[in-house]
Amino acid sequence: MKTDLTGPLQTIAALVEDRPGVLTRVASLFRRRGYNIESLAVGSTDEIGVSRMTIVVEGTPLIGDQVAKQLDKLIDVITAEVLEDGESVGRELALIKVMTKPEQRREILDIVEIFRASVVDLSAASVIIQITAANETIEALTDNLRPYGILELVRTGGIALVRGEGTTQMPHFEDEELRRFHQESGRIPSGDLPHLSD
Amino acid sequence: MTKISGADIVLKCLQKLGVDTLFGYPGGVVLPLYDRFPDYPDINHILVRHEQAAGHAADGYARASGKLGVALATSGPGATNLVTAITNAHMDSVPTLFITGNVTRSLLGKDGFQEADITGITMPIVKHNYIVMRPDDLAYAFSEAAYIATTGRPGAVHIDIPKDVFIEEAEFHWPEDVHIRGYNPPTIGASESIESATEIINQAERPLIFAGHGIILSDAAEQLQAFAEKGGIPVVNTLLGLGSINPNHVLSYGMLGMHGSYWANHAASSADVIIGLGMRMDDRALGRFEDMNPNAKIIHVDIDPAEHQKNIETHVPIVGNVKDVLGQLIKSINTSTHPDWLQWINEMRINHKESMSIPNGPELSAQYAISRIADLIGPESVLCTGVGQHQMWAAQFGNISRPRQFITSGGLGTMGFEVPAAMGAQAACPDRPVWTICGDGGFQMTFQEIGTMVAEKLPVKMAIMNNCYLGMVRQWQELFYDKNLVDVDITQPDFLKIAEAYGIRGIRVTNQEDVDAAIQEAEADPGPVIIDFRVVQQDNVWPMVPAGAALSETVESSGQI
Repeated sequence: MKTDLTGPLQTIAALVEDRPGVLTRVASLFRRRGYNIESLAVGSTDEIGVSRMTIVVEGTPLIGDQVAKQLDKLIDVITAEVLEDGESVGRELALIKVMTKPEQRREILDIVEIFRASVVDLSAASVIIQITAANETIEALTDNLRPYGILELVRTGGIALVRGEGTTQMPHFEDEELRRFHQESGRIPSGDLPHLSD
Repeated sequence: MTKISGADIVLKCLQKLGVDTLFGYPGGVVLPLYDRFPDYPDINHILVRHEQAAGHAADGYARASGKLGVALATSGPGATNLVTAITNAHMDSVPTLFITGNVTRSLLGKDGFQEADITGITMPIVKHNYIVMRPDDLAYAFSEAAYIATTGRPGAVHIDIPKDVFIEEAEFHWPEDVHIRGYNPPTIGASESIESATEIINQAERPLIFAGHGIILSDAAEQLQAFAEKGGIPVVNTLLGLGSINPNHVLSYGMLGMHGSYWANHAASSADVIIGLGMRMDDRALGRFEDMNPNAKIIHVDIDPAEHQKNIETHVPIVGNVKDVLGQLIKSINTSTHPDWLQWINEMRINHKESMSIPNGPELSAQYAISRIADLIGPESVLCTGVGQHQMWAAQFGNISRPRQFITSGGLGTMGFEVPAAMGAQAACPDRPVWTICGDGGFQMTFQEIGTMVAEKLPVKMAIMNNCYLGMVRQWQELFYDKNLVDVDITQPDFLKIAEAYGIRGIRVTNQEDVDAAIQEAEADPGPVIIDFRVVQQDNVWPMVPAGAALSETVESSGQI
């Protein structure tokens, strides 16, 4: 059941237009360029019309960088960036249904407690455990539960935010150098800069 | 404000965009649009004979003029026939807009007659695409599409419009400003990158410029020359970069790559600093990536950041419009000369001249015919090609001297590009002679467009390098498949009878001494002309970097393979 991770993982955050077809464009890009998606999570953001995708891909940092740049080329992707491990917080939610013989229930509940997971459903022969944690912690929990017999497992895919006050931002054009360049070349800056690249 | 039909909105959008020519083919779902054409006489619709040709013509039109090229097709087969042309234009970063009709909105997804999921099909081969579901959205789609196609790294954009959107009415509001938050094409390079690049260039002993299509697309030939001259840096071109610098310039050393010159390829693998300008470090130009030149420091200027570090490791990637970045670099670098380095390349050029020379005859060679065409028609003409041996010989001996003179399918390598692309170039440049060097194979893929040329009075001169073989494939079979020639001996029709069928002049040339007279006769003819050059049947393009080899392993004759 468990997929072996063959290489390092890179987490990419992308803000995208909430439009039909965006997911197809992203998926099509991954297929065409041969990138291997470990997980993909999409949801709304605080801003109307903008969704956030968190994509975990297998590969070196150079591949992570290429993926972000290729994503950013898509017109419907507003911005895309690689989230560095140490500088971001990543979480994932998993639901795990485990077989429980009455005599094993206590052991399983101990494991649940150690991992700060919780039980969200209980029947005579099974239990559903919910955990919200970093990828490795979920891996460790499932490893511990496997001997009892995992009936079903579902994971949301990772989501992540940059630590501290930094954010994955919409592009903005406050670069003074760029503004000066446009003025010197006689271009009239109107609204956000720059649009015309000649 | 009064409401007008979606079809009228589309045509008004084209007017707003300054589109005066489009190449198209009618069909069921685009009839509401065609119905409105007579009211827009300033938009010249050129009726082609096959949709693929409409696409290539729009591509050739854009390359020759620098303006947006536009092609139009109906749904289903009309739309899928555009696919090769869309891919070709996009891969070579040509600003093009492809418009297709689709079935009525209520029938979308129901597999109705002539329905194809064309936006699904084009998604991976365009810069962006749209399916417009309301006539109110048409103006936004067109203004955005043209902006996206022509700015940043140019490319192909596709708009799909269901039939009833052409018919439904809406108010027409043209958005004067385009604002797309996910798309902000870069201009100048970041100052820290310019500083790093400047430092590397100033310390270089053997610097070399790879000048690509970006120089032509951004109209930066003047800046390229000024930069090369100030730094004393020799220039080699990619295939699509030919014309970015005059071949007679003292710092110009021709083309690099699979059929580039021996000296350009060796300069590339011996340089200590490589400056890639508006090019994408492609495998045909660079050979085996890891051994292209592992010791050089590489500066890579490209407007598309995704091209950096894609194929080879770059020390200083500079994201920006190459014209703007060159402006910065011209200011920042020291004036310099590299006499020893130039002498090294010059000596190599003298010693290896033989491997890229025109055969002495007496048989008629394609190299000779092409070089005579280039000489006689001059650099103010437009020279198009198909794909294969004749294309490489045109690149080597076409004396490409100015931007937009040379029109060829680089990235996709599309046989059959030559005839429709030349037709588009002629529509864009009615005052320039347009010649197209054709392969005898590629010519037979799209020569139906002679019908269009005759009807539209587009006097393209088609010079077929007829060796009765698919020459490049034959060359590979000879060199790499033990001379096992399979399915390359292509039976030819009588090309002069094709000329006759279309009512145009046809000339056959079998001797070297008749070449000039034939070219002059074609030039004097006011209409399209076919010249059937019966050239040496089994000749090879030299030099050559075998597929998978490094540039330093350039071979000059079959004995070295």
